[in-house]
Amino acid sequence: MTTPSHASPGGILIEGLRKVYGHGDTAVEALRHVDMQVHPGEVVGLVGPSGSGKSTLLKCLGAITEPTSGRMTLGGDVIYDNGWKVNDLRSLRRDRIGFVFQAPYLIPFLDVTDNVALLPMLAGLPNTQARARARELLTALDVQHRAAAQPSQLSGGEQQRVSIARALANRPPVILADEPTAPLDSERALGVMRILNQMARHAQTAIIVVTHDEKIIPTFRRIYHIRDGQTVEEAGEGRDITPAE
Amino acid sequence: MISLAGRDIAHSWRKFVLTGMGLGLLIGVTLTMAGVYRGMVDDAQALLDNSRADLWVVQKDTQGPYAESSSLRDDLVRGVRGMPGVAQAANVTYFTMQVRGASGDDTRAMVVGIEPGQSGEPGYLVAGRQITRSHYEAVADIKTGFAIGERIRIRRHDYTVVGLTRRMVSSGGDPMVFIALKDAQEAQFLKDNDAIQNDRIRTAGNPAFNRPGVPGLLDAVQALQTSSHNVNAILVQVTPGFDTEQVAEPIRRWKHLQVYARAGMEDILVAKLIATSAKQIGMFLVILAIVSAAIVAFIIYTMTLGKIREIAVLKLIGTRNRTIAGMILQQALGLGLIGFAVGKVAATLWAPVFPKFVLLLPQDAITGLVVTMAICAIASTLAIRTALQVDPAEAIG
Repeated sequence: MTTPSHASPGGILIEGLRKVYGHGDTAVEALRHVDMQVHPGEVVGLVGPSGSGKSTLLKCLGAITEPTSGRMTLGGDVIYDNGWKVNDLRSLRRDRIGFVFQAPYLIPFLDVTDNVALLPMLAGLPNTQARARARELLTALDVQHRAAAQPSQLSGGEQQRVSIARALANRPPVILADEPTAPLDSERALGVMRILNQMARHAQTAIIVVTHDEKIIPTFRRIYHIRDGQTVEEAGEGRDITPAE
Repeated sequence: MISLAGRDIAHSWRKFVLTGMGLGLLIGVTLTMAGVYRGMVDDAQALLDNSRADLWVVQKDTQGPYAESSSLRDDLVRGVRGMPGVAQAANVTYFTMQVRGASGDDTRAMVVGIEPGQSGEPGYLVAGRQITRSHYEAVADIKTGFAIGERIRIRRHDYTVVGLTRRMVSSGGDPMVFIALKDAQEAQFLKDNDAIQNDRIRTAGNPAFNRPGVPGLLDAVQALQTSSHNVNAILVQVTPGFDTEQVAEPIRRWKHLQVYARAGMEDILVAKLIATSAKQIGMFLVILAIVSAAIVAFIIYTMTLGKIREIAVLKLIGTRNRTIAGMILQQALGLGLIGFAVGKVAATLWAPVFPKFVLLLPQDAITGLVVTMAICAIASTLAIRTALQVDPAEAIG
């Protein structure tokens, strides 16, 4: 099968996405018909109760699980189109998608710099350049003073900032954040959202934040609610979280 | 690209070193077992070297004197000396027994009866002198623990240690004590007083030996019973220019004796005498290799299970399978290297303490290293298989 030729805009575009687990009588339709669009530079919330299909959608977007049908475009490139998919999903995840998890999941045996530099290194960047990129991101995220520390020596907020730096390391057009503020208090949670918004604007990255966190939901300008495998878009409060000068 | 395995090892080096030390002690035991076998072979070769013989003449149809008992009349040596190509021939006796030192402690030793100045005499001494008197002098291997001037007891007689030698051991690793041939014949073949008395009474009661009118017959028979003129082997040195087989064949043919050259005797000692021990050690080595492999596999597997989440994250962010497999393999090999280093040092330190000679050869160490690395590589496959089956989705939950 050949790659579909029609080009798409940057960011994330999902059209009619469906995911069915199992088959026959035991089939479970986790995603029924999901439409979604996130523009470059935008941070969008994805909320919904447990079992609504959030994780399945995230796995489809993260090129971990193959959808049953529909179409997905990341950063302007079609990655799935009704049975066709990109061959090298590993490279796709490495170069085109940044992941931020509920827990930072930093590699415990690498220091902070190398945790961030690992992705560019895996992409083939020389070590010195990868570390320079890591230091640049750590500075942007205000954790440069912990560059040589081990992950276990960082606070929860610092670890999460490092994990955001790691997600940004290969300048991906898309970041998928799964409950990134769950373990943090209000101040730190808003701090993480502030960083994500800044990074989205600065690097023109499209960011989807899956969350239950009432503290950060008011910060989104647009929110997708997912229920029974279907998404509904609504406007968010878009509360200003820019720190006071 | 940074070495993930190296960073992981550096991060948890205590765990690695402690695990490596445990594995190392096992490898040390394995190297020592190989050293014990090498020591046995070396002891056998030292025994042959130290006898300074080209040919061993023994009782017909036996594999004596080391592997089987062999008994020859001691006057046969004269006939052997007259055979073409024989430069020197000397009687020798070997028997293993407990030798009592001055302290009263018994030492297990191989007592060798030699003719001073002939083949069979220790080739070099580390202290004192060779036996010069006809009776009651001894030269001992230093492993006996005897000292120059010490009085030692062999059977009913006391001997003075006049010289010390080194690496003179039996094929079983017992240190040697050299005494004059006549003393050795008496010690080896002479019966105790009660047995002699008993034999005399029996002989006197036999009318065939105690005939009226034949004076001196009973005395002659009894004298024969109490004296010994047997030896275990004749050690022959061949005249330069003669082929050993060329010298051996006439002795076999005309003297009706068994003759072994160096290769034949080495075959008896190494391939036959210590064959069972070698198989025993071989079995131990195989079991130790299996145990080591199981331990390495278990350790690496457990360590990998402890990193499942990190491996899932690595896979999710695009790390190639071969990078993850390489990380686990390198850790297994690292563990093997630490283990081998600890094992080599441990074996080197404890080898001299062993009662028998333990010979640690460099080629055995190299083989051990290669086998250890191979075992570690094979043992890591289970962990690699597990790691490669990790679903990147586990990082998301």
